[in-house]
Amino acid sequence: MMPDLGKYGTEVTSAYVVSVVLLLVLVWLSLRRARRVRRDLEQQENKAGRNA
Amino acid sequence: MIMSIWEYANPRQFMATSGRVLPWLVGLTLINLLVGLVWGFFFTPDDYRQGATVKIIYLHVPSALMAINAWMMMLVASLIWLIRRHHVSALAARAAAPIGLTMTLIALLTGAIWGKPMWGTYWAWDPRLTSFLILFLFYLGYIALWEAIEVPDVAADLTSVLCLVGSVFALLSRYAVNFWNQGLHQGASLSLDKKENVADVFYFPLLVSIAGFVLLFLTLLLLRTRTEIRARRLQALRARELSA
Repeated sequence: MMPDLGKYGTEVTSAYVVSVVLLLVLVWLSLRRARRVRRDLEQQENKAGRNA
Repeated sequence: MIMSIWEYANPRQFMATSGRVLPWLVGLTLINLLVGLVWGFFFTPDDYRQGATVKIIYLHVPSALMAINAWMMMLVASLIWLIRRHHVSALAARAAAPIGLTMTLIALLTGAIWGKPMWGTYWAWDPRLTSFLILFLFYLGYIALWEAIEVPDVAADLTSVLCLVGSVFALLSRYAVNFWNQGLHQGASLSLDKKENVADVFYFPLLVSIAGFVLLFLTLLLLRTRTEIRARRLQALRARELSA
């Protein structure tokens, strides 16, 4: 399954691992903040609705 | 009917349209990224000079391209904010910065990993590499400035000016090889002029990978801009509650 990367196996594999990890961290952080802000906004809007 | 772009300056309109587009963008992004990277990593041959390190091109070129283009998008959004005072554009610029920062970091790291076996060094003070490092620092400064200023409109003003200044380095990152005919970095791997392009066997998976990175940028941009719009509304509601 793994292609023959010859003497550059470490370089090529590490480039892919580093990049994929960075992209996944970016996506995870973006989704986490999106969920938190959405939840907090809903709570705040409910609170503002009750107080109105 | 095609809407005017200015209608998206209305946060409500932006949220409605982006909410409809986002699921499709997620699907397209996943397909393009998976196909591009799997094709590039598993099903392309080695280069006769670079060996298997040529496979790094499918990460390095798209990330470098998006590092520069993300800043250019921020520049346009910042200009719209400065000239027309549309809040969504300022928030979109803010939302794009962490994506651009990550793309710049990926370009720098994959370039360094490739450079060691090919150039014999991880780093050289080459015009393109140096301008990319400065662009990375500008991204950090831009994000830090947004976080440091509490009044949103003042933060948007100052970060927009910083973005204008930083765009010099974004342009230099793109054209440094042409401006200064020195340094280790080679010229463009892709061009509208077919003669300058890499061989087709590398070219087509590279195009798919680039499409994947562009779509990933758009997807995250919409997602993060929606979050920024909600965060701004949350901030306003809390301020209203405190003042009541």
